Amino acid sequence: MRANFIFSEVWIGLRRNLTMTIAVIVTVAIGMALLGIGLMINTQVSSMKNYWTDKVEISVFLCGKNSPFENCKNRGAVTQAQKAQLEQQIKGMTEVERVEFENQAQAFENFKQQYANNSTLLSAIKVEDMPESFRVKLKNPEQYGNVIQTLQGAEGVANVVDQKQLVENFFGFLGTLRSSALIVALIQVFAAILLIGNTVRLSAYNRRRETGIMRLVGASNLYIQAPFVLEGTIAGLIGGVISAVMLIAAKIVLFDGLQNYLVLATQMSWSDVATVIMFTMVVGVVICILASFVTLRRYLRV
Amino acid sequence: MIHFDNVTKVYANQNRPALDHVSVDVDKGEFVFLVGPSGSGKSTFLRLILKEERPNGGSIHVAGKDLSRLSNFKVPHLRRRIGCVFQDFRLLPNKNVYENVAFALEVIGKPRRFIRKVVPEVVELVGLEGKAHRMPDELSGGEQQRVAMARAFVNRPMILLADEPTGNIDPATSIGIMKVLDRINRTGTTVVMATHDAAIVDSMRKRVVELEDGKIVRDQSRGVYGQAY
Repeated sequence: MRANFIFSEVWIGLRRNLTMTIAVIVTVAIGMALLGIGLMINTQVSSMKNYWTDKVEISVFLCGKNSPFENCKNRGAVTQAQKAQLEQQIKGMTEVERVEFENQAQAFENFKQQYANNSTLLSAIKVEDMPESFRVKLKNPEQYGNVIQTLQGAEGVANVVDQKQLVENFFGFLGTLRSSALIVALIQVFAAILLIGNTVRLSAYNRRRETGIMRLVGASNLYIQAPFVLEGTIAGLIGGVISAVMLIAAKIVLFDGLQNYLVLATQMSWSDVATVIMFTMVVGVVICILASFVTLRRYLRV
Repeated sequence: MIHFDNVTKVYANQNRPALDHVSVDVDKGEFVFLVGPSGSGKSTFLRLILKEERPNGGSIHVAGKDLSRLSNFKVPHLRRRIGCVFQDFRLLPNKNVYENVAFALEVIGKPRRFIRKVVPEVVELVGLEGKAHRMPDELSGGEQQRVAMARAFVNRPMILLADEPTGNIDPATSIGIMKVLDRINRTGTTVVMATHDAAIVDSMRKRVVELEDGKIVRDQSRGVYGQAY
């Protein structure tokens, strides 16, 4: 088989249909980028879930001097005795794996770390403003019911926050976001398939004289189809590369930028990004090859 | 070489069969004129030989092979042994004479060295030496048809099919075309030519097969075109 001949035909084809080829490239780039972002959101959400599910605790905030909570208004700041009793009580519960005490200094340190970028907030808060708290880690995060009920309203307790609840609402929102992103991506992929099929058909129509003669003269089916399939593949590859660049940009601008706004965000690794890029490029090329092949089969009666 | 046995072909949406129980034998090296009014089945006959269409009844053998047994995969190989010339020349407008003829060899994967040797020979055979670099729109009708014949013949096919090759050409030039066809026939290629051109048929006195409404009404060696037309 003469590779030179096929490549020269491919080049001719690409040039003749330049606008359609560009349309294919753009569609593949956008479609694959959307698919990639959907997948990256998916990875990000999963990794965040995995990271935080381990770490969620029940925070038992204790009454401080000027605590605004209902429970503290009448009773004032928590006493040493109350603290000791609470600790015993918590340790005694079967669901509890361990309990840690966080004093004001430690709370302030944690606060400073989390909001390191926000200097105005940091300057407004002082050590005395931080509440003391017990950080309770459960053996099974699902079994929070009893613990919360017992502790909410106990002496010296300002508020019981189940971090799992907070996290769940947030993850619920993220899950919706992820599904929407994937649906949009799939629609784009579908549109890409249709457009590529159309372009290949147009290309075949423009070359019907050549193809007709090729069939008459006894060129094998492969020879006739190869230039068109290759045209589609090359356009798909170029689109894939563009989408890869867009995905890398997205990682740097969007996903890493999340760190500044979202305390809960975890870092997505470059190897994950690489996997997503590989996957989308393969999908892009496969779509192109399939669309070309199927369109030609039906159109050329080859 | 070509053997039609009780062949019937009906196109969809048509009442009358294009070919109606046609049986014909063409031997190797023969020159056969296929004559008859429009719609009599001449083009259908040629397309069946190429396996562009399948018969509804009967069997067709080309070079000893039964076409109904031929898989789709093998059809290109059959077509490489058959050359085709048409009334509208069917040249590629963006390629010159040499490239048009070479195209037929390139698409079946012949190496460039072979092409460079064989194409000039065949261009000379059809009488176009010196014009190998002209584009089709720089050629007259007769010259374009010669290019088409060069392309049909360059792969030394067993059979050459011609569907009204002189249809677009004036009588004087047609004689030149027929000389080329005759030359090709003398090299041993079987030639089957469908035509309206009474003068050509009468002057060459080859075998004449006449079709009317899909049936063979006359099969005469050294025949003439016909009485009424």
